[in-house]
This record gives sequence, C-alpha cells and structure tokens, in this order.
Amino acid sequence: MARHVVGRVEEIPPGGRKIITVAGRSIGIFNVHGEFFALRNRCPHQGGPLCEGLLWGMLHARVPGELEYTRAGEILTCAWHGWEFDIRTGQSWCDPERLRVRRYDVHVEPGDTLAADTPVPGKVPGPYIAETYPVVAEGQYLVIEVTS
Amino acid sequence: MRTRQDGTSVAPGSAATALIDCDVHSTVPRVEALFPYLPPHWIEHVNQSVFKGAGTTYYPPRAPITARPGSIPPDGPAGSSLDLLREQVLDPLGVEIAVVNCLYAIDSLHNPEAAVAFARAVNDWQIAEWLERDTRLRASIVVPSQLPELAAQEIARVGDHPGFVQVLLPVRSQHPYGSRLFRPMWEAIAEHHLVAGIHFGGAPGNPPFPSGWPSYYFEEYAGMAQVFQSQLASIISEGVFDLFPTARIALLESGFTWLPAFMWRFDKEWRNLRRLVPWVKRAPSEYIREYVRLTIQPLDAPAEWRDMERTIEQIGGDHMLLFATDYPHLHTHDPLDTLLPHLPDALAQRIRSENARELYGLV
Amino acid sequence: MATTLERTTRQARTKPAIIDCDIHNELDSERDLYPFLSDRWRTHLMTYGMHGPSGAIYPRFTNRRADAFPPSGREAGSECAFTSVQLLDEWNIACGILNPLTGAGSQLNPEFDAALATAVNDWQVAEWLDKEPRLRASIILPFEHADLAVAEIERRARDPRFVQVQFTGRPREPMGRRKYWPIYEACATHGLAVMSHAFGSGGQPITGCGWPSFYIEDHVGPSQSMQANLISLVVEGVFERFPTLRVVSAENGFAWVPSLMWRLDNTFDLLRDETPHLTRRPSEYIRDHVWFCTQPVEEPHRPEDLRWLMEQVGIDHLIFASDYAHWDWDAPDTAIPARLGDDVRRKIYYDNALALYGDRLMG
Ligand code: FES
Repeated sequence: MARHVVGRVEEIPPGGRKIITVAGRSIGIFNVHGEFFALRNRCPHQGGPLCEGLLWGMLHARVPGELEYTRAGEILTCAWHGWEFDIRTGQSWCDPERLRVRRYDVHVEPGDTLAADTPVPGKVPGPYIAETYPVVAEGQYLVIEVTS
Repeated sequence: MRTRQDGTSVAPGSAATALIDCDVHSTVPRVEALFPYLPPHWIEHVNQSVFKGAGTTYYPPRAPITARPGSIPPDGPAGSSLDLLREQVLDPLGVEIAVVNCLYAIDSLHNPEAAVAFARAVNDWQIAEWLERDTRLRASIVVPSQLPELAAQEIARVGDHPGFVQVLLPVRSQHPYGSRLFRPMWEAIAEHHLVAGIHFGGAPGNPPFPSGWPSYYFEEYAGMAQVFQSQLASIISEGVFDLFPTARIALLESGFTWLPAFMWRFDKEWRNLRRLVPWVKRAPSEYIREYVRLTIQPLDAPAEWRDMERTIEQIGGDHMLLFATDYPHLHTHDPLDTLLPHLPDALAQRIRSENARELYGLV
Repeated sequence: MATTLERTTRQARTKPAIIDCDIHNELDSERDLYPFLSDRWRTHLMTYGMHGPSGAIYPRFTNRRADAFPPSGREAGSECAFTSVQLLDEWNIACGILNPLTGAGSQLNPEFDAALATAVNDWQVAEWLDKEPRLRASIILPFEHADLAVAEIERRARDPRFVQVQFTGRPREPMGRRKYWPIYEACATHGLAVMSHAFGSGGQPITGCGWPSFYIEDHVGPSQSMQANLISLVVEGVFERFPTLRVVSAENGFAWVPSLMWRLDNTFDLLRDETPHLTRRPSEYIRDHVWFCTQPVEEPHRPEDLRWLMEQVGIDHLIFASDYAHWDWDAPDTAIPARLGDDVRRKIYYDNALALYGDRLMG
C-alpha cells in the first residue's frame, strides 16, 4: 500500500473533480460538499471513463410517481451508458454486490507532516506520472492510498 | 381419437393427463343474441338505425385463421356454438377447464354509453350462454378498456361471479395499459383477484405499427408481437406491479419466442435508464418472470427443434407458459403435436395444466 | 465545476482496422446550415423555424457521451477534427459512415423539407467528407415525398462518398408501402443501400398501442419499430420488385431478428394466399437483403447465447456500429466480446461492411 500525494486541496473545490494517473491507474478524485472521494476511472461495463460522467442525487420511489431525492451529488453516472455508482462505496445501483468499481481512501494532510515524512519508505510524495507536487509546509494536500 | 386443429384425426396419447385450455373463443352470433341483455333504448337504436353493435372479431371474416375446418356452425360464425366447442375441443381433448375469451370489439365503440351497454350485455350473455351451460368453462370479463373508470365499474359489477377469472384487454389500445390513466382499472382487477388477459387484436382506431397502417392482414398478424412488447414495456416501466403486487398478466395469442430478446433489451435499457423510473427496483425480466405468463399458441416455431429448446431455456423457468388451442382460430402448428410431446414430462405437465391452475387459482 | 481532465489514451495502433457504420455528425445549432440554404429558405428557417409533427418529448438524463464534448464548447459530435481524433484515430477506424439526425426528413412543409435535406447534404460534403478522407455519409432525404427524395438522390448519387440513403425508424407509413417505392427504385439503380435509423416519429404514436410515458420505453422501442418496418418491406413485396435492394438496420439491436423470421415464416404458411406476390419465404428475403448494425450490442442473460444469436441472424450480415457520440454508443474494442474469436470479429468489424457497401466505401 503506497500513499500518493495527488494535489493540493484547493485544486478541487466542492463540486469539482480531478482525474490523475497513479501507479498506472486512472483515478478520479471528487470533492462532494467538502468531502473527498476517489474511484477508479474505468467502468466495469464496457470500460468507459466512469469518472468523466455527471454527478446526481439519489432517486428512490416506493411507488410510481412518489419520488424521493436524497444525497445530492453522490451518485456518479458513467460517461458512456449512464450506469449509476455510489461515490462513497463504488457500488453500482443495479447490481451492488457483484458490480462495483475500486474506491480509494482520500486523506487531507498538512504539508509539514508530508515533507517530514518524505524519506520514510512506503510514503511516496507526489504522483509519478501526471504531475509533480512540490510539497511545502504551509499547504494542505490530498493523499490517496493505492496498492501497487 | 382426437381432432387436430386442421380437422385431421390422431390417436390419443397414452398418458391421459389434465389439460387446461387458456384461450378458446366465444363469438356473439348476431347482435340480436345480445337483446335479452341490452337496455330497451339500445335495442330500439339497433333495430331502427344502421348501427348494429361492434365488430365481433379482430380477424378477417372468412380466412382459415379465423375459422379452422369444421368450426363454422350452420347458424352463425365460428366460435358461436357451445356444442361445436364441446365436440371439437372440450370432449376430444379431455379438457378439464377452458377459459373463454369473447373478442367482441367493445374498444371500437367510441360512444361511452354504447361501450358500457354492450360490454354489460356481452358479459351477461357469457354468463347465461356459456358459463351456466358447461361447468368446464371459465370466462373473461369484457370491458370498455378505452374508458378505464367505466371498465372498473364493469369489473366491480361482475367481478365476483365465480366463472370470471380474467379481464380481457385487447393488446392494441389507444394508450398503453401501464399509463396512469388506467389506475382505476388496475385497482379493480387487483381487488377482484382477476388476471389481466392481454389478447391479440384490438380496434382502438390508432395504427398497429409505430409507422402507421400496413397494407396486408399478414403484416398486422406478424406485427402483433411487437405490440405485446410495447405493452409489457409500459406496464413494467410504469410500475403497475409495484403498485398492485397481486396483479398477474396472461399474454394470450401473443407468441412467446420473442420474449428472450425483449427481456435482454429491456434489462439493458433498465441498467442505463432506470433513474427515469426509480420505482422499478429490479431488472424487468425479474418482473416478467414473476408476474407474466404466455400462451403457447401461436408457436412461431423455428425450423430446428433445438432452437425452440434453447428459446424455452432462455425464457427461464417451468412456470411461464400456458397451454391454449385458440379455438376456433387456426395457426401454423398444433402445439399438441409440435411442442408438448417433445418437452420433458414435468415441463409439459406444467404447461398443460399446472401453470394455469396456479395463475387463475383453479381448483 | 472545476474539472481537470487527462485523456485516457488506449493502447497502441496494433489493433485491427474497423469500419464503423453509424457515426453521428451533429449540428451545433441550426445556424451551421445557414451557409447551405438559399435566402428564401434561410429566411424561412429563421422566421418559422423547424416544424415537424410535435408532441414526442421524453425527458432523459443523458444525451451524448459525457466525455465527447470538444474543448471549443460546441455540441458533442459537431466538430470533424475532434471526431477524427477521439473516434477514428483512437480506435483505428479505417472508414466510418455518417448519419446526421437533424430535422430534415420530418418537416411538414415539403419544399422546406427538401431544401433542408439538400443543405444537410451540402454541409456533410463541405464540413465532413472534404475534410476527413476516412468518412462516408448517408444521403439525407425528404423521404415522405418520393419525387423530392428522388431528385436529391440524383443530385448525390455520383459522389461515391455517399453510400446509402437514410430513413428514420418511424416514418409516416410502414417502409414497404408504395409511396416509398420510387426511392427504392432510385437506390437500386445507383447501388445505394437504404438505411433505417432508430427513433423519430412520423406523427403517429410510437408504439402500436399509443404513446408511452418514459424515455426508457422510447429507447426499448426501436426493436419494435424496426420489426414493423421489416415486416412491411418483406410482405409488401419490396424485395420482389427490387431484387438488388439492400436494407441496413441501424441502432435497433439484433436479438429480435431470429424470432421475427420464425414468426414471419409461420405466418407465411398460414396466410400466403393473401400475398401471392411473395415467391420466397420471408426469412429468405431478410437473409439476402438486410444487414444489421450491432449497436446497441445485445447482452443475453447467458453470455454463451450471443454466439448462437449471431449465427441465427447470420454472422455475414452483422456490421459494427459505434453510434458515436451518443450516450448509448458501443466501444469498438469491448462491444463484440473477444471470446467470439478473431474470425467472427473480423467479419463484423470489417469484412461484412466492405462486402455490403463495396466500392462506395473503399473505392
Ligand atoms: S461503460 Fe460505463 S456504463 Fe457502459
């Protein structure tokens, strides 16, 4: 399990997202009302760029016409065929047990801890392929954990 | 000996097992037959004007498809004689129970008073002339389906008669049956524990194809399968089964070999688009397998038997198909020859009677 | 919304070349057509706007692939250069056929419909075919008016980059009706295929049982409408009259083809005397004259049924189509599963389309 610094917190404001490549994988990082989530950017259906899709609320209805709208912005629909995934769990709506997309924990960490940690094995400052982040003590950074 | 649908004879099979025929037809012989059951002003109207009631059938009047050999009695159209039904189907096949579907085209009567009066008359005629004359018979309630409130009233009027097991809905309609317009009708169907029997045909006035009117009856007949598909798409998308979980549907004279392809497509669309209909909580094929049954006539048989076997596997489950002769109509195959003898015994037995027994609650 | 995108590039160009039979070139707005309309019709468009049969609006959550909007902010699929990169380069598409879905073909004013169709075709030449040598196109027609449609065919037929003419999936009459025959005659004369692309409405309800409520029903619907169109083309004798005519079904799927052929053949045995102009069984006309675009690819419940299904349809008559840049598109590398084998895939991805369109495609 390697930890990757993938950006500064202010790069992804609420409602925003950033797609990065970490350890050879395309991953989408989302800010939903101040909480950060990360999902693999590859749909289990036909391999579409899931994380380029739109974010919606959850729609439920016990009976026809009585709609309940909850969890605004937490349902990600695939950019291609619109399959719905729960941004918190990576589970698909249609088949939550069998069809899910890999999710990753996202942590917000201050730059001084990260900078101090740099030489420690297993903590890897900065994404390797997409961009590099000079980590400075004052900033807040997004860190995700990815199995190599 | 038993008689095939084309009039030839065949020796009876060895295993005499129960048979429930889910689709035989009664035909109103002539409008005067309804007079005992019509209010006086409609009798007067019929007697003194060009209006002679609705059409009696959705079929070309004298084509073999409408009347198999020997099915036309001396004094009326095919399907108008209980004696002939007994002689050609009930007795020789040893039918335990037959569900009679009268295709009197109430749906073509745009005048609501006429639609109601003639629906009531046909139902009372069915009780007196069919249900009360042979204990093997059950029947479907004929309703003004184009006017769902009035249909509900007619269901309430006769729905508790023990002979009525089903409400007959022509598959062609002005609006698809899932539409919210039909809620009162579905409520009545559910309340009276009836099956909704959606049957081939209909005379709603709008075209049978999404692209208008075809030229030949051949096209209408072949294309009717697509109308059944559209009705299923509507009923499931609109959540009829979510609202009325006790409702059940029998597709009558629908063909069934189209069902797997339709389920695959519908399931796929549901995965893509279910947000539009969030009350549909499971894949459409799961609803179909739980709530919908289909009669086996016409067979729409492939050239190779193994393709039929595969199709039946794809439909999934032993419980989906219902035996029907569709008497007096003639189709290409007689399922007693071309289907049932080739199936595993357990499945054949379910199709012959058990599935219908469960669906209609027949004891 | 702050979004940082990094293009996910697929692996190398080692992939085999593909022919894509359904690519959508979109108008960003009607204004794209202004340069190709006369003053009279440009003024008409600006003053009166498009006016076809109205009343077919289905809200949907999705329309285009969310990742297909060019950086310029224009509509997805509206920039040739972007399509070249995102589709043709990305997937090694050697040749792709454009199908613009515009208001042309459905305008109620016949002269305007014809002017609009001509403008769309001129726009295709100038903005797409002249800019990208890998593209071919469908001729857009005022197909409800055969005389005007034939004039447009004559105007385009000598440009080999036009490979076929385009119908919507739900024209005002079933496709086999006589009013369309002059169009088929012109197509047969010039070696152009006739393509029917899913959706649209000629003004009648989009199912044989009225207007459904939801986009999911509209989106299940093309398989029903195309079956109706094929029934009509076969039964009304179009392939008897134009024995070299080729028909292409686009975006209708193909799982329904086997059961439709079975039903038509069964019906033929029953009702052939109504249509003595048919000299062959209906399935034979379909096998010889009709090709099916694979999209949206079928997803049978049991994956192994896909191979069986394709064999039933005829592996030589399936042609790959992506439907770029619509939301329900099929990704070229994953739509036809690898397990079907290189032989089958090569036919579907390349050889069949080449055989179908011949010189107009690769000449
Ligand atoms: S590829 Fe994501 S829904 Fe199909």
